[in-house]
Amino acid sequence: MKKYLTFLYDCFRLSFVGDWRYHLWMTSLTVLTLVGVYAYCQQLVHGLVTTGMTDQVSWGLYIANFTYLVGLAAAAAMLVIPVYVYRNLHLHDVVIFGELLAVAVIIMCLLFVTVDLGRPDRFMHLLWRFNFPLSMLTWDVIALNGYLLLNLHICGYLIYCAYCGRRPSPLFYVPFVFIAIVWAVSIHTVTAFLYVGLGGRPFWNSAIIAPRFLASAFAAGPAFIILTLQIVRKYTRHEVSDEALLTLRRIIQVAMLINMFLLVCEIFTEFYTDSAHVASARYLYFGLHGHRALIPWIWTAIAMNAVATILLVLPASRGLKLLNLVCVLAIVGIWIEKGMGLIVPAFIPTPLGEVVEYVPTWHEILICLGIWAVGLLIYTIFVRVSVPVLAGEVTYQRRAGGPDRERLSTSEATY
Amino acid sequence: MSDPHAQRPEDKSAVPSDQTTWTRRRFLSRSVVALAGMSAVAGAMSPLRHLDPQDLPSLDEFLQKHYKEMTPQDKEQVFARITQSVQTRFGVDATVSDPPPLEDVEFVYGLNLSRCIGCRRCVHACVEENNQSRAPEIQYIRVLEMEKGSINVESSEHHYDPPLVPNPDKYYMPVQCHQCAKPPCVKVCPVEATWQEPDGITVIDYDWCIGCRYCEAACPYWARRFNFAEPQIPSEELNPEVGYLSNRPRNKGVMEKCTFCLHRVRQGRLPACLEVCPTGSRKFGNVRDPASEVAYILRHKRVYVLKEDVGTVPRFFYYFDERGSRYREPMVEKSGAQEGTG
Repeated sequence: MKKYLTFLYDCFRLSFVGDWRYHLWMTSLTVLTLVGVYAYCQQLVHGLVTTGMTDQVSWGLYIANFTYLVGLAAAAAMLVIPVYVYRNLHLHDVVIFGELLAVAVIIMCLLFVTVDLGRPDRFMHLLWRFNFPLSMLTWDVIALNGYLLLNLHICGYLIYCAYCGRRPSPLFYVPFVFIAIVWAVSIHTVTAFLYVGLGGRPFWNSAIIAPRFLASAFAAGPAFIILTLQIVRKYTRHEVSDEALLTLRRIIQVAMLINMFLLVCEIFTEFYTDSAHVASARYLYFGLHGHRALIPWIWTAIAMNAVATILLVLPASRGLKLLNLVCVLAIVGIWIEKGMGLIVPAFIPTPLGEVVEYVPTWHEILICLGIWAVGLLIYTIFVRVSVPVLAGEVTYQRRAGGPDRERLSTSEATY
Repeated sequence: MSDPHAQRPEDKSAVPSDQTTWTRRRFLSRSVVALAGMSAVAGAMSPLRHLDPQDLPSLDEFLQKHYKEMTPQDKEQVFARITQSVQTRFGVDATVSDPPPLEDVEFVYGLNLSRCIGCRRCVHACVEENNQSRAPEIQYIRVLEMEKGSINVESSEHHYDPPLVPNPDKYYMPVQCHQCAKPPCVKVCPVEATWQEPDGITVIDYDWCIGCRYCEAACPYWARRFNFAEPQIPSEELNPEVGYLSNRPRNKGVMEKCTFCLHRVRQGRLPACLEVCPTGSRKFGNVRDPASEVAYILRHKRVYVLKEDVGTVPRFFYYFDERGSRYREPMVEKSGAQEGTG
């Protein structure tokens, strides 16, 4: 127990150690977080009237970000499957970064849901009367928290073992790794089912939402990981091979192709049928009765995704510069498409045919930025701590034994 | 914020602490960082000072049970607290009632599309009866001005505002909660804060709702409303006869909806929207009683169910008339029913 507390203390201390760039980065994130807290406190005082949401469009940027981030959490699964199922060892050393990302991202998801609540103080009612299995939201609560715990356990166990200088016993983590793979698929499916199961919203009420959700998630997640790994490789001494990045590129390639194919299926079904249910899609892509707010967004997203897909198919994207561009395009394109493009149009027009557009307020945007800052803060700390610990530079023995201590402080100074 | 500058000199001294001595300079610089950090956090949370103490749940409120789990004694205490809070908020003595559902009663509502003139009196009577927020405005009934030759809500006009109604070229369709027999809003609620009563009315425990608005997304009739801000009602307009499950004043952050005026109809009265209707377009009653008006209409008239395809089996229906239709006998000369819209 003492050992574990020492471990936590060392992690805590490590997270404050770094060069000026690290401090600048962390301070900026902290400032952004505090600005978010400020905006959220105002929301607590005045109510959700500080947001752009209305009875007509009753979910907005919060739920949009939530939806996108659930997708991002897939990154972990997409790194784990090649390593543990296909024994592709290029990715072996980087799996943990995916799992840590999943932890940070799920925390962000939970924050986004919390800020969307009108009465967060009644959170405990979930434990008292849990409408399971009827409400898909209760399924989502289980799926997300379960996924958080699984990944916390896997990462925590591996890092703690490295800290103690002992080999992790497969029995304690490999079964969880496999459960987490299935669980990763479930968080997307369940989150998609949140929307899909509503008969009153024809835009969502389509079987293609869940598979498309998975496809875009399996593109955006690994794209984010590719960028992160290069940052890790640049600023720490952790080795990340180009092969690992290229393996991820192949995953994004396939996922993006499937995503674009499903998009074509969706658009064809909507517009060729051209039934009364096409109104939301028409609003999204072409505008409805002169209301055109989402058109620039969705076409930007489609253009970004299309360019990313074409570049991914070309061999040229094996070069890292182009690959990075592809990743940024995919991340942003899917953020728009899964966020504003999936959530908002389902409310426009309303079930009674009224067209009320949604524009997020600054309050809402600042709260969102704040939550993103929290997520990045958590993830930076995770990476900051796990790299030296996994490399065996910070261990319990070193801390206890005298002479090694000098080395510890010098090695820390290099990060 | 001064954090970046305060933190940077820290770098050099950031070696593991047990080895270094606590010099004065080190102590001072650390204190400055800690102070700056704490004041930044305090600054960020400063808006909370505007929080109305009324808004904070008291311990009793925090521990209050779900409506269905309350014992009669619990209810007594809760109702006393509600009376108290209405007194503090509005300076009005309210009586809280909680009439139980009646035996062998299932309420349904019929609306005569041949008669409705779109005067929106029902909308305003409802707001007054049920203590909806006047600012921001919350209304349970939305009257649609429909194109003749179509019953598609998407071509309807929600914000018609002529000096006189009815417009002879249009017809009017009020929409409110349909009290579905298979309510999607109840299904999706994660905390069972909304449920269907034995007499068919779907209610909300405003003290249990967490404000996730999933029910609002699920409703195919756009019948649910959310309190985005603290509801404002002038004290003199407050209806002091309040029901726990229906028209007691709500707080911000929770859902609300039409309850067919549950506190009235369970005591033998009619819904406020029906009582005020100048054309008799609204019919309400117990469908299990074959002698009731609604049972007669369902047996004999041409009935239309809005969005029957979503399969929620509403207890609210529209019907058409031959005789008495305002399209046959223009009401213009007949009565003062013509009203400016409100």
